[in-house]
Amino acid sequence: MRHRTFFAFILPSLVVMLLFIALPILSVAYQSLFIEHEQAMTAVETCDPFGCKTELRVDAAAMEALREAEPMGKFNGLGTYANSSHLAFDELAAIWRDSPSLGVAFTRMLNLPLYKALSFTLAYTFIVTPLVIITGFFIALGVNAIPGLIKGPVIFFSLLPMIVTPLIGSLVLFWMIDSNGILGASLQRLLGDPSLTLKASPTLTWTVLMVYGVWHSAPFSFIVYYAGLQSVPKDTLESAMIDGASRWERVRYVIIPHLLPLTTFIALMQLMDNFRVLEPIVGFSAAANATSLSYLIYNDLRGAETPLFGSAGATSMLTICGVIILLSPVLLRTWRDFNRKTH
Amino acid sequence: MKNRAERQPLPLMLLCWGFVLIWLITAAFPFLWTLWGSFKVEADFFSYADWMNAVTGTRTIQQTGSAFTGAGYEGAWVEQRFWLAVINTAIVTVCVVVISLTIGTLGGYALARSGFRYTFWILIAALIFRAMPHVTLVSGYLLPFFQLNIWGYLPTTIIVLVAINQPFTLWMLHSFFLSIPKDLDESAMVDGCTRFQAFRLVIIPVMWPGVVTTGLFSFLLAYNDFTVTSMLLTQENQTMVPKIASFLGTVQAENKVMYAVAAVVSAMGPLFVLVLFFQRQIVSGLTAGAVKG
Repeated sequence: MRHRTFFAFILPSLVVMLLFIALPILSVAYQSLFIEHEQAMTAVETCDPFGCKTELRVDAAAMEALREAEPMGKFNGLGTYANSSHLAFDELAAIWRDSPSLGVAFTRMLNLPLYKALSFTLAYTFIVTPLVIITGFFIALGVNAIPGLIKGPVIFFSLLPMIVTPLIGSLVLFWMIDSNGILGASLQRLLGDPSLTLKASPTLTWTVLMVYGVWHSAPFSFIVYYAGLQSVPKDTLESAMIDGASRWERVRYVIIPHLLPLTTFIALMQLMDNFRVLEPIVGFSAAANATSLSYLIYNDLRGAETPLFGSAGATSMLTICGVIILLSPVLLRTWRDFNRKTH
Repeated sequence: MKNRAERQPLPLMLLCWGFVLIWLITAAFPFLWTLWGSFKVEADFFSYADWMNAVTGTRTIQQTGSAFTGAGYEGAWVEQRFWLAVINTAIVTVCVVVISLTIGTLGGYALARSGFRYTFWILIAALIFRAMPHVTLVSGYLLPFFQLNIWGYLPTTIIVLVAINQPFTLWMLHSFFLSIPKDLDESAMVDGCTRFQAFRLVIIPVMWPGVVTTGLFSFLLAYNDFTVTSMLLTQENQTMVPKIASFLGTVQAENKVMYAVAAVVSAMGPLFVLVLFFQRQIVSGLTAGAVKG
């Protein structure tokens, strides 16, 4: 294929990606250097029979003119990155100075919004991903062992948690686990603690969010592993048996090595998807106890009266750095493979 | 006859059955429960005193006279104007699927058929783009869209969803095209077809299974999206998912949470039908990336 034909074919797709994925990343980077204008105040003198007083009012016309002149806001450099709702350098320094022990310092650090979100995002990513892989693997082993006739219906029901919209799936679970729902009420009775609700208990919130994560993604790893199991070489299994390998040893030394490449694929996909966790936090109304980086951005844009573009931009840039760090092992490996192939 | 390697001792068999059964209940029960509960009144579905109320519908009978009520659906579809969101969702999903398949098949074909160095880099860039959290991209759109005055309209959202979809579509179609032998389009070109004619008349007819599978996933992405649609659409243009999210707060305050439950069940319906008819394609699509990529 000639270069010209190649570009003629790929052009629409490339243009769309550059325009709506690459360009926004640059726009976010630019946005993060600005902050919203301060309210322009004017002194207004009001006089009544008891005398005159001056008070400060928001000058709407001046604000309008200011927005017209500098639509991006006021230039702030890297100030937004350093302020208390982002990397919070001053607060960190204060905590470091005043805390009696490392443990206390750590707890205080996790009260800062960005670090709080980061801790949940990382915990969610690195707890849910392995659990999804393990759960999916065992479901695949189980389904592979049952008779073929009922495999179809089993796969149908297994797909549901993954196919259903994340927000809808989390609402469905939220209504069950809420203190009036079937699971929530039963849990309260079981533990004999009538004050146990999602709102009141951060531990319960974190657990429920992670259970949701596994529930939502386990079907994906199940399907991938199940397809992989169909291609396990039969003769290797048989020769392992002739050599006296027990059932577990066959799983350990034949099946698991065969499925290993699939595990890398699942882990990669899951890391990418779990790192951007947002919908469950909205669905479970869990923002008080657990926020994620994506939720911080969402909240900056939706929660405030006027969207805080600068703040959202700064968090976005930090999130993108996080994604690149997360992907770097994969990228490095592909880069090495590619170089080995071409040299 | 079953081969000896596949025969299982009884306890292991029971363990497998038990595990699969537990998983099935975990996967399916929440949906069945919500479907059943959506026809009850709030006092039954959210019954603190006794969950059996939701099964028998005690309060529903007291309040409405029969064990099932469609009040939630009526409130959601008529009073909250959920039908409007359904129409918007239909427009958005159909457009997204058609556009992303059109430009995706062209791009995927080019990537699969050229051995240039930059092909590899385009695929890697697509992988990085795939990993970008959507909300970070959306925060880059908002301000330019406000200034260009194109915020809030369906076409804007459609093109953004197409773009966000593109990396995934390219990867998937690329791997499907790789499985079609090169000889096919080369012989067509020997017979005098141009590259595009070979693509349209020879390759696309044998690519249908791959196109259908990729289309399904594009549909799911557009249908399930919350981040983009909730930020880029005005109140009247909202699709189902942001609509549910936006009226959730109000109906909870007004003790009409059953409206939201009914809306959620309504939005799940099409997905169930989809899985029912396209189970095979979904399974093959999920594994395509793993086995070939």
